[in-house]
Amino acid sequence: MRALLSNTYLKIMGVGLFLLLLAYLSYASLVFGIVETSWHTAIDAFTQFDGSNEHIVIKEVRVPRVLNALSVGICLGIAGTLLQALTRNPIADVELFGLNAGAALFVVVAITFFGISSLTQFTWIAFLGAAVSGVIVYLLGSLGRDGMTPVKLTLAGAAITALAASARHGMMVLNEKSVDEVLFWLSGSVGGRKLEFLESVFPYMLSAWVLAFLLARPIQTLLMGDDVAKGLGQRTLLVKLAAGAAIVLLSGSSVAVAGPIGFVGLVTPHLARFLVGIETRWVMLYSGLLGAVLLLAADIAARFVAKPAEVPIGVMTALIGIPFFIYVARKGLDKG
Amino acid sequence: MKGYLTLRPGKGLSSFHLHKKTLLVTAVAALLTFVMAVISLGMGEIKLSPLDVLRVLIGMGDEQQNLLVQQFRMPRIVVGILVGASLAAAGAIMQGVVRNPLASPDILGVSGGASVAAVTFLLFFETVSIKWLPPVAFLGATLIMFLLYGLAWKKGVTPLRLVLIGVGIKIAAGAVVTMLITFSPFLLQNKAILWLTGSIYGVSCADARMILPWTVGLILLGALMARRVNIQQLGDDISMSLGSAVQRDRFFLLLICAALTGTAVSVGGEISFVALLAPHIAKQLVGPSFGNALPLSALIGALIVLIADLIARVAFSPIDIPVGVFTSAVGAPFFIFLLYRNRNR
Repeated sequence: MRALLSNTYLKIMGVGLFLLLLAYLSYASLVFGIVETSWHTAIDAFTQFDGSNEHIVIKEVRVPRVLNALSVGICLGIAGTLLQALTRNPIADVELFGLNAGAALFVVVAITFFGISSLTQFTWIAFLGAAVSGVIVYLLGSLGRDGMTPVKLTLAGAAITALAASARHGMMVLNEKSVDEVLFWLSGSVGGRKLEFLESVFPYMLSAWVLAFLLARPIQTLLMGDDVAKGLGQRTLLVKLAAGAAIVLLSGSSVAVAGPIGFVGLVTPHLARFLVGIETRWVMLYSGLLGAVLLLAADIAARFVAKPAEVPIGVMTALIGIPFFIYVARKGLDKG
Repeated sequence: MKGYLTLRPGKGLSSFHLHKKTLLVTAVAALLTFVMAVISLGMGEIKLSPLDVLRVLIGMGDEQQNLLVQQFRMPRIVVGILVGASLAAAGAIMQGVVRNPLASPDILGVSGGASVAAVTFLLFFETVSIKWLPPVAFLGATLIMFLLYGLAWKKGVTPLRLVLIGVGIKIAAGAVVTMLITFSPFLLQNKAILWLTGSIYGVSCADARMILPWTVGLILLGALMARRVNIQQLGDDISMSLGSAVQRDRFFLLLICAALTGTAVSVGGEISFVALLAPHIAKQLVGPSFGNALPLSALIGALIVLIADLIARVAFSPIDIPVGVFTSAVGAPFFIFLLYRNRNR
């Protein structure tokens, strides 16, 4: 299939357009909501802060929300691209592979048994959970002669998710008082999270982005198959490990900031490939941008769907993503 | 035919081959289930010896023992047996149809569909009698099965598509349940979470009576279709050339599977991995022929839930842990073992 944006000039233009779109969505996210404001107020909140309700909302609630959505969206988009390339599985996603469930379980264990509530510790625990479940699912999915197959991976992911979920539920039943705070976190949201959440993990996010782009070219080679890549002199194991590390950093830090949010990483690489073709570097860039767009849009929509209550954004993305997932699964896996 | 017992009632119009080993193993499993039930009836805050329990069962216990056993513990034990049997039978059917030893109604989202329906009911129809919960869960499971089947349909349903789409549907169901729970008041949240993990805490005689006909009837129906399941396991091409209506049979079998799942979920919530575990144990014992394996799976499922529930009741007393936590603790490692054993399939 020919890509929509066929030459580099168009691709760069596309990036520009996406940045404009992101700017507009950020503005919308800043201004619209239960407390309606205008851009005047938004600017005033920073230039001449007067302590009014609206100014506080903008500074304390909306700005963190926009920044969270942007950075988590980029992370999820890039993680999706890496994951789909690494597993050569077009329906790979952090949610399907149990990374989210693992991170969530670890956090609930930390809250229930160790009474941990500090942000920095939260971050590390989420990382650890994502890494552990990711490694388990990856190993389980690649057992056997024919290596990693989509069905094996999907089933392994589903089983680990089921195990993590029931362990988590069990703990929540045992420890009723923590249910409320954990539940909100578990449903995934970019709102209501303070800026410190993001600040503490942003260095990891940034380094993972850089790592991912450095890996783009080796991964392009790897996509031709392990044997070809080896024949071309690539140390495939090293590339895979590095990609794995990047995925864990990306998904772990997004979980730490926003809780489990699935299916963004499933959708974006497909859309990105539709726009820019198969060159990994462009796919990654576009997938990251699309992730941010998707998450910002979903977050804005989440405020209005069930006003005045808010739909958890993880639920929104799952409900958007699953029809897409089913479409891809139906279309056939062999074509990738 | 050595090793078989042949029955020819009437004048040879029909005949049954009964596998002797299967009969023996099934009888032992039934006995074990009974023993386990008796032990479980005696355990708890006030302990009764198995002998006392037996005395109550034949109507010779004193008043206090009667009350304790018949009113408080019996419903839970009976429901445990029925739920376990339903789940295991549903799992056996699904594994036969999907031809993937790792598939089961809980992993493919059928239980999830029942949960969505049930949680919606629990949260939004608070004033309506709880008696309506089973039909609602049942409806949810059936609708999801239709949806799953429809979405996986593309000139027929292949097991591969069924598995992938099933997993997707399971996650979608999970998302909807999360959304419903987040919107609901705190008190109901705990109720819903408890129910979601799978718990047979606080069931009543009415629950048991309600699901008994379903469980028994559907398992019998499944047993009657045993030959079709055996044919399904040969793969689409062979079964079609044998003259079997593969897609039609698959559809009916999956419908029975959905009904069994709905029955179990309606009173027990999402008790995971029983449906996966029990059929495998049964097949290990009596071989893959579905007619032999189905009744035994049901008994083993009942046994698993009974044991898990006993642990759930006693181990963390006075807190009642959901049974589902224990079935997962046993089931998930087993699932991993299965993945390993089927690695070259």
